[in-house]
Amino acid sequence: MTTTTLNHDEAHHHDMPTGWRRWLFSTNHKDIGTLYLLFALTMLFLGGASAMLIRLELFQPGIQLLDPDLYNNLVTNHALIMIFGAVMPAAAGLANWMIPMMIGAPDMALPRMNNLSFWILPAAATMLILSFIVPFFPGGGTQINTGWTLYPPLSVQVGMSMDFLIFAIHLLGISSVLASINIIVTLLNMRAPGMTLMTMPMFCWTWLVTAFLLILVVPVLAGGVTMLLFDRHFGTSFFDAAGGGDPVLFQHLFWFFGHPEVYILLLPSIGVLSHVIPAFSRKPLFGYKSMVGAMLTVATIGMVVWAHHQYTIGMSLGAVTYFMIGTILISIPVGLMIFNFIATMWRGAMTFETPMLFAVAIVLMFTFGGLSGVMLAVVPADMQYHDSMFVVAHFHYVLMPGAVFGLFAGVFYWLPKWTGHMYDETLGKIFFWTNVIGFNITFFPQHFLGLAGMPRRIVDYNMMFTEFNVISSIGAIIFGLSHLLLLYIVIKTIRGGKKAESRAWEGAKGLEWELDSPPAFHTWTVAPQIK
Amino acid sequence: MNNARSGENKNRRTTLLLSGLVVGMFGFGFALVPLYDLFCEVTGTQSLSQRKINPADLQVVKQVESDRWVTVKFDATVNPNLPWEFQATTRSMRVHPGKTYEVNFVARNRSGDAATGQAIPSVAPWQATPYFSKLECFCFNKQTLAGNQQTDMPLRFMVSPDLPADIQSLTLSYSFMRLKASKNKTDLSELLPQIAKQSATESTLPNR
Ligand code: HEM
Ligand SMILES: [Cu+2]
Repeated sequence: MTTTTLNHDEAHHHDMPTGWRRWLFSTNHKDIGTLYLLFALTMLFLGGASAMLIRLELFQPGIQLLDPDLYNNLVTNHALIMIFGAVMPAAAGLANWMIPMMIGAPDMALPRMNNLSFWILPAAATMLILSFIVPFFPGGGTQINTGWTLYPPLSVQVGMSMDFLIFAIHLLGISSVLASINIIVTLLNMRAPGMTLMTMPMFCWTWLVTAFLLILVVPVLAGGVTMLLFDRHFGTSFFDAAGGGDPVLFQHLFWFFGHPEVYILLLPSIGVLSHVIPAFSRKPLFGYKSMVGAMLTVATIGMVVWAHHQYTIGMSLGAVTYFMIGTILISIPVGLMIFNFIATMWRGAMTFETPMLFAVAIVLMFTFGGLSGVMLAVVPADMQYHDSMFVVAHFHYVLMPGAVFGLFAGVFYWLPKWTGHMYDETLGKIFFWTNVIGFNITFFPQHFLGLAGMPRRIVDYNMMFTEFNVISSIGAIIFGLSHLLLLYIVIKTIRGGKKAESRAWEGAKGLEWELDSPPAFHTWTVAPQIK
Repeated sequence: MNNARSGENKNRRTTLLLSGLVVGMFGFGFALVPLYDLFCEVTGTQSLSQRKINPADLQVVKQVESDRWVTVKFDATVNPNLPWEFQATTRSMRVHPGKTYEVNFVARNRSGDAATGQAIPSVAPWQATPYFSKLECFCFNKQTLAGNQQTDMPLRFMVSPDLPADIQSLTLSYSFMRLKASKNKTDLSELLPQIAKQSATESTLPNR
């Protein structure tokens, strides 16, 4: 075979643009990847700030800092910023940087659309932040006190900040749908000759499934919030009982999106682990095919178990039983993925650099979160745990390790490739330990709080919950501040450090490690041949 | 292998297919509105309280259980779209299953304009719903109040002796909703009276 000329247009691209044009008009996957990652880092600090305020308020019983509406506004804002502003864009940033380099493509398939899907994000974030601050201006209406789930009737009654939020969700949805289309087209059509679907790197597989999930569920959320908008302003009654509507319908639409969304957050990080663990165990990934199979199973069953978030709405016994069994079934393929990671480490020549430390922590702590998930999946048990701090503990144990730590692992793993410099390993390890210890001090006590009956999303609590809340808040301070170290490490690595080799990690495998560190502005303009 | 042209065509085709999927799923979201109704109607999954209990069984006069006490609490709310005040004159009472009781609710129109509303009942815990029979209720009919009018609204009810023994207390809650020509496809003014009647033996909320 000959070389492909897919990149014909790219090849005589004008020289690398400079200044702000380089970023605003960028169609280069590496630059756009960088933009995504920087955006996500910014949002991580914004969302983190709101979390710190929440934990400060909960440090003591009673109402100290925040009035109840502001508290709930912060809870809403924290979740939305973290999910849509931090985790999803960071995962998209990794995808942009790595997918073309991993599959030997010169760029993403639709570079201009790539530019659009990123640049919608700052606009969306502005709307999201406005939805938080508008109520503080005269005539700004009431605050969004619904939580990120936006259940009516409350969400119909909130002031105009809800309209900003609905618009923000539309923009965020458009951005991630465009990014997903781009990723699928790239993965299906742009792989180097000789690379089949079943031999492409696992990170690509996880993103292929994630992108399909996004395309299937984000439009349904968009539809749901559109109906909310109509109920608010155009006299329809999709959700308003007084007009013959049903508020529970919104819950179904929301969780039809919401449950697959948790896999959207999880899977890219599973993809990162599938590279980090083999690299630092110096063994190939155990059970590639079963990994793909497990992922497809999770995605498929994951689409039809959403109502485990709604056990308490009064569904029939048959319905809750179905949702319970479906939910518990999912833990089998999820467990299989974890098993594959452990089997990859088994008798490997392991070393524990920062990405690997995060990987091992994920395997341990994510499994723990999965266990509390199975507890929540059991209907009679969930009748008690629902809307308690136990649920908060559950989803932070799956989301922090399952999504955020996976992204950290990916950042540390590929930072040498992106910047051409090795990060400071000692600082990396200090970051890891403060971060993971802080995380556990923050969220472990919340299991006990929930089991003892402390409800979530309430500004005040009974005296008897004080001790665990104090511990949790102290943990949150350690956890929150540790991210300043992350910021420092990233900046330090960008500005200099030990020169990274092409293959920055001895055990790293894959096409991306055959490129220079940092890679040239245009890479794989001639597609590599895979044997 | 590929040349630029066919590569681009391929990309365009995949993009179009995926965009179609996106539009389709957006439509599916809206299609879920009627589908959800339909699904609940066919399978009856909407409510745990919609057990198949023969209403005739409950109407049969049964022995009054004079050694058993059940506490019934009354709760009254008004949907913000109706400018009324609505209260239970009795907050709570102790009753014998099988015996008929009467209580009064009071409604007052705070505005100067006449308005028509309908009260929607619901029972908590939901397991008790089928065992709470309303023999006579203002909620069976639309209620019209002239401007500033105040009126008593009587309710005659009985708790069935079949009420499971572990339920010692239940709450009957009413929300008054305004009846108006609905802009939505479901015409509430037809729906509500029917719901209210059904609710003597069935779920208290319509399927949507
Ligand atoms: C073994 C796998 C899992 C099971 C059986 C499971 C089960 C559940 C159940 C039953 C609930 C509802 C609890 C309630 O509200 O009463 C829940 C909530 C939640 N789960 Fe999981 N889960 C699992 C894994 C995950 C994963 C992998 C993620 C994300 C990466 C996740 C994220 C969440 C979130 C965010 C919520 C709370 C949503 C909210 O109410 O705001 N779960 N889980
Ligand atoms: Cu779920």
